[in-house]
Amino acid sequence: MGEMSWSGRRGVALPARAMSDPGVTGRFGGYGGRYVPESLIPACHEIEAAFREAWEDPEFRNRLDTLLTVYAGRPTPLTPAWRLSQELGITLLLKREDLTHTGSHKINNVVGQALLAHRMGKRRLLAETGAGQHGVATATAAALLGLEATVFMGERDIERQELNVLRMNVLGAEVVPVTTGSRTLKDACNEAMRHWVSSVDDSYYCIGTVMGPHPYPWMVREFQRVIGDEARVQCAAALPVGVPDYVVACIGGGSNAAGTFAGFVDTTARLVGVEAEGGAAATFGRAGVLHGFRSLVLQDDDGQVKEAHSIAAGLDYPGIGPEHAHLRDGGRARYVTVNDDEVVRALRCLARTEGILPALESSHALAWVIRAAKSGEIPAGSTVMMTLSGRGDKDIASIREML
Amino acid sequence: MTAPLEEFLRARRAEGRRLLVPYVTAGIAPGWTDVVRAYADAGADAVELGFPFSDPMLDGVTIQEASDRAIAAGATVRGILREVAALDVAVPLVAMTYSNLVFQRSGAEFCAELRASGVGGLIVPDLPLEEVGELADAAAAEGVDLVLLAAPSSSRARLREVAERSRGFVYALTRMGTTGERGEVPEAAARLGRDLKELTDRPVLFGFGVSNPAQAADLAGHADGVVVASALMRRLLDGAGAGELGEYVASIRRVLDQGARWAVHPATAPSPTT
Repeated sequence: MGEMSWSGRRGVALPARAMSDPGVTGRFGGYGGRYVPESLIPACHEIEAAFREAWEDPEFRNRLDTLLTVYAGRPTPLTPAWRLSQELGITLLLKREDLTHTGSHKINNVVGQALLAHRMGKRRLLAETGAGQHGVATATAAALLGLEATVFMGERDIERQELNVLRMNVLGAEVVPVTTGSRTLKDACNEAMRHWVSSVDDSYYCIGTVMGPHPYPWMVREFQRVIGDEARVQCAAALPVGVPDYVVACIGGGSNAAGTFAGFVDTTARLVGVEAEGGAAATFGRAGVLHGFRSLVLQDDDGQVKEAHSIAAGLDYPGIGPEHAHLRDGGRARYVTVNDDEVVRALRCLARTEGILPALESSHALAWVIRAAKSGEIPAGSTVMMTLSGRGDKDIASIREML
Repeated sequence: MTAPLEEFLRARRAEGRRLLVPYVTAGIAPGWTDVVRAYADAGADAVELGFPFSDPMLDGVTIQEASDRAIAAGATVRGILREVAALDVAVPLVAMTYSNLVFQRSGAEFCAELRASGVGGLIVPDLPLEEVGELADAAAAEGVDLVLLAAPSSSRARLREVAERSRGFVYALTRMGTTGERGEVPEAAARLGRDLKELTDRPVLFGFGVSNPAQAADLAGHADGVVVASALMRRLLDGAGAGELGEYVASIRRVLDQGARWAVHPATAPSPTT
């Protein structure tokens, strides 16, 4: 991307360090950290050092920008939802991550991490996947860079997401069924970690969201901040005041939201993260440690982690990225929930008013915007920038009965 | 109430004894505390109690299955501790569990509850040096020995810090990987044992992949002893009772004792079994 104007930026009343480098301890307030076995500590150090070096290296940034542009299809447009805006009495702008290669924001992160792994001399990418979107993105980036890919996926998710398993196979990735625990995303994360411990010399664990031990939550946010950085420049051009009143994104682990918020955290925009009611760690979770980091986690009274449930497999994660927990505690971002029915209605609504079929995950963000605009919680005349994180083609079969 | 963990292990080692710490997943079945007694009677030097967690990142399939079974059976930290408090065994007990259970309320409270139930040691595999500070202080204040892990991938500087800050013993991982039975003893384990023994006189025990008595003896030769977990839990999951598990521990005990005698009195040692 060329030089862009930052005109329209308004006064900022926020700590200058919001969403910055969490330092060597990887702490976001009391959250984050590095809760992994001693065996994985050298690997975490190695990745942190490699990422710090790469992120400062114009050559690496240049390669990444080039791939994001000529391969992944960036920058993605900011599309006004013309008819829906009129219906709701607001100005709704959609950041179109659904238009990237592979159809979701996941590609931003995997291209970055795959480049890093390649630079580190790793031969193979390991990944966990729930719905299969991150698995497909990882398989894609591995093929692009000539790396092997091994994707861990819960047995139950494999049954539910047959097409994505096929896509990964066609792309040359090995899909390993996870048969333990609840046989879904959280167990796939455990299994990927276990596998990583035993293959750390030649394998790189490509985590799909802003979770895991330091430096992952920070690194993944940095790879995703291209969403927010682009959207900010686009909003500056599109809106009279330059900055939207609301910035909204859906949250599972929270990577598209983290990337989106990073572009607006130092503005006056209100940041809103939308969780699935059945997987709302920011709303119903308690502080805990899962998958290598401390954050808000859905768990029972004794500390056993609960399984998350929603119509969107990509949001079925019982935790939330540590930086989101910190943003929540500090009041900089708000976290809200929507239910499956609202989500399916929102999906259908956008399809019919704009000719855009959003992923079920992204439809969560939209469902809240619709509800809040109708109730007046978002006042009439407000401007709303919402990240549409992925396309809905993958969800057609699963919503057939609900339409 | 038993003796403090490290003091006890050091005393046992001073007798020329190879240390043996068998493991049981607490709450896996009614009467699981009989397994602890059977281990103690069979010559264990301490018993490791796994407090089951839903997401045991560092455990292989056997301990995962044992943990799932215990949770399904309704095992809770408080419930387990109540049963442990009623146990009267002559060797120290060491709790093994993940950070999320330890920090439910606070590390200090968890350690106080362990101490009150007569548990003298604690192992938290997902708590590396970077994150251990608060819990180490709390454990020390409660008189619970917080055991730290050393891995084949640890740098010399980290090994030194682990050796200094660990209490009870140093838990040396035989390999890069999860718990579970494995074939041969990797070269990395021998090297790790040697490095740790150079750095500390604290007891050093190997764990992960200790699958049979001969292997236990082999590994113990590179340090002060072994932790045996999956080999026992697989037998338990296959239906073995406390008696049978005790016999298996006794068989390891016998081989370790032969190895120890060989080490102490080479001239009079029997031929090492293979």
